[in-house]
Amino acid sequence: MILKPRLEDIKIIGFYLGKIILGLALTMVVPIIMGLALKEINPALDFLIGIEIAFIFGLLLTTLCHTEKDLSWMQGMIVVSLSWLAGMLLGAIPLYLSGHWKSYLDACFDAMSGFATTGLALVQDLDHLSFAHNLWRHLIMFIGGQGIVIVALSFFVKGFSGAFKMYVGEARDEKILPNVIDTARFIWLVSFTYLVLGTLALGITGILNGMKAFNAFFHGACVFMAAYDTGGFAPQSQSILYYHSLPYEVITIIIMILGAINFKLHYHVWMGNRKEIFKNIETVTLFITLMATFSIVAVNLRQLGIYPNAIMLFRKGFYQLVSGHTGTGFQTIYPSQFINDWGNLALVGVICAMALGGAVCSTTGAIKMLRVGIIFKALLEDIKRIILPERAIVVQKFHHIKEVFLEDKLARSALMITLAYLVLYGLGAMVGMFYGYPFLESLFESTSAAANVGLSCGITDANMPALLKITYIFQMWAGRLEFMSVFTLMGFFVAILRGKR
Amino acid sequence: MKKLIFLILFLVFFAPAFNCYAQPIPSVELINNAKLYDGKVISYEGEVIGDIMKRGDYAWINLNDGKNAIGIWASLALVRDIGYTGSYKSVGDGVEVTGVFRRACPEHGGDLDIHAQAIRKTGAGRRLQERLNLDKRNQVFIFLGIIGLIWISKLLIAK
Repeated sequence: MILKPRLEDIKIIGFYLGKIILGLALTMVVPIIMGLALKEINPALDFLIGIEIAFIFGLLLTTLCHTEKDLSWMQGMIVVSLSWLAGMLLGAIPLYLSGHWKSYLDACFDAMSGFATTGLALVQDLDHLSFAHNLWRHLIMFIGGQGIVIVALSFFVKGFSGAFKMYVGEARDEKILPNVIDTARFIWLVSFTYLVLGTLALGITGILNGMKAFNAFFHGACVFMAAYDTGGFAPQSQSILYYHSLPYEVITIIIMILGAINFKLHYHVWMGNRKEIFKNIETVTLFITLMATFSIVAVNLRQLGIYPNAIMLFRKGFYQLVSGHTGTGFQTIYPSQFINDWGNLALVGVICAMALGGAVCSTTGAIKMLRVGIIFKALLEDIKRIILPERAIVVQKFHHIKEVFLEDKLARSALMITLAYLVLYGLGAMVGMFYGYPFLESLFESTSAAANVGLSCGITDANMPALLKITYIFQMWAGRLEFMSVFTLMGFFVAILRGKR
Repeated sequence: MKKLIFLILFLVFFAPAFNCYAQPIPSVELINNAKLYDGKVISYEGEVIGDIMKRGDYAWINLNDGKNAIGIWASLALVRDIGYTGSYKSVGDGVEVTGVFRRACPEHGGDLDIHAQAIRKTGAGRRLQERLNLDKRNQVFIFLGIIGLIWISKLLIAK
């Protein structure tokens, strides 16, 4: 029997949602400062309007739904899924006001793409966008990459037990430190350290590439945020092709891979346990799948003869593949080149890489390496059971920070999430085909959206059907949150409609 | 001898015409049919955007024709006259580039680019003066008022 939610449930959800909205509103201060510093007055006004609307909603919710009670699991999950929708709706306001998006839906599309660290974009005339708006596009990737709730949690001085429930709801089921607030702060420490180093590296490279110093460091910061958070937005319309620079591409590859690694692994490496990199099931699986999918792409590109030497194959074939596998979405080719210049086999290689993704508890989306590794180990275990004598006891282990016994429930959970992702990839592909796009292109774009990648073969465009935009928004949202909190929200609405008192 | 000179002159001045396109070609056409134009001398027109990135005796500029931006590899002498590049605060110079189009340039790691042979300025760029949008300014004050009302209500409820 489904129980109808009580008014108390709605009040608790509303109160914590309001808190998170207030936390998110504060992040708009950054582009306001940028706009004022560079005398971009109208863009600064766009963000002032955005922050005020966010404050109005945040204040209303925290006042009307005021409570001292803590969150239950169900409420925590719902707060998370609603926070991401609220983030999209509020984050889109300054974007839409800039006039660079054709409709509010398009602005919402880019806001969700940013928060979910996808990178698909509908922005118009990006090359003339203000610094303030461009910073916001990349900042929302940085915020979304760490997790909207993580950002909001960082504003709470003291933790509360409901924090962990929201942390899990954001597809972060691994605590690095015993306290979730400490975990959130460690994630920020890692991210800010890399932000400084990455911006310096990209900024200096930009200057050596011939860019003006301010532009070089601004682009450096933006590109770092998009690369480390495996987002994929770029300050210019040509993505990374704009820089025409091998060193820039190499640095972004390193940052993308850093972003695709588990924060827990970062912690252990920072603590001096460097051997963990070579033993961890996720890094081993990432290396194997990267090489396997690159082999597929390389064979096809060599067949076609479009990139005849190793450097070209690295800068075009390997770059798009790493970008896809880590869920980033940076491109050094034009979207339509995937279709016109690459073969179907290479496209399949990139689709597989996008579908697999990076590590759990990282900023990437998709199925993720831990689950792929677990499924592979479970398959090995079953094969061993068939081959070995019936009396033999087969025990399968894997190394993920520590030695872990492979239990059936772990394998089942990994398979369930994998299945959910495959369904999500298929759903978007079907909607694409419904609108007349070819199968492979539809699957490519759908996988890119649902796996929060951002590579595009050209379907994503301001003129695409509104339903397809909404489908991709849903895919980005559900894919980033790894379904559980989205399913809980759906269940909550069903309970409101059909539940019994 | 006269025939030979005539032949040489013909080859020098007219033969490239068989392998080049006089009218500017839009970026969409170039990118979507890159194989067709690969290695050919083409014309492409657009606004210079972003930075002029100097690399030794050459520079990269990016030209946006409204749909896409394409990288142009040009000698410094050819880009000397470019005064404005497109950004939020300026409209970049409009230029027409004639050069060799590459679908996957072997010299530049497979970039789709154009190696400029000539650059002609077609439009002057300018700095944009930003005017305060009064509607936006008014909205800021209206929303500020609403926040104030909610804040006062919150204090009253608390009392």
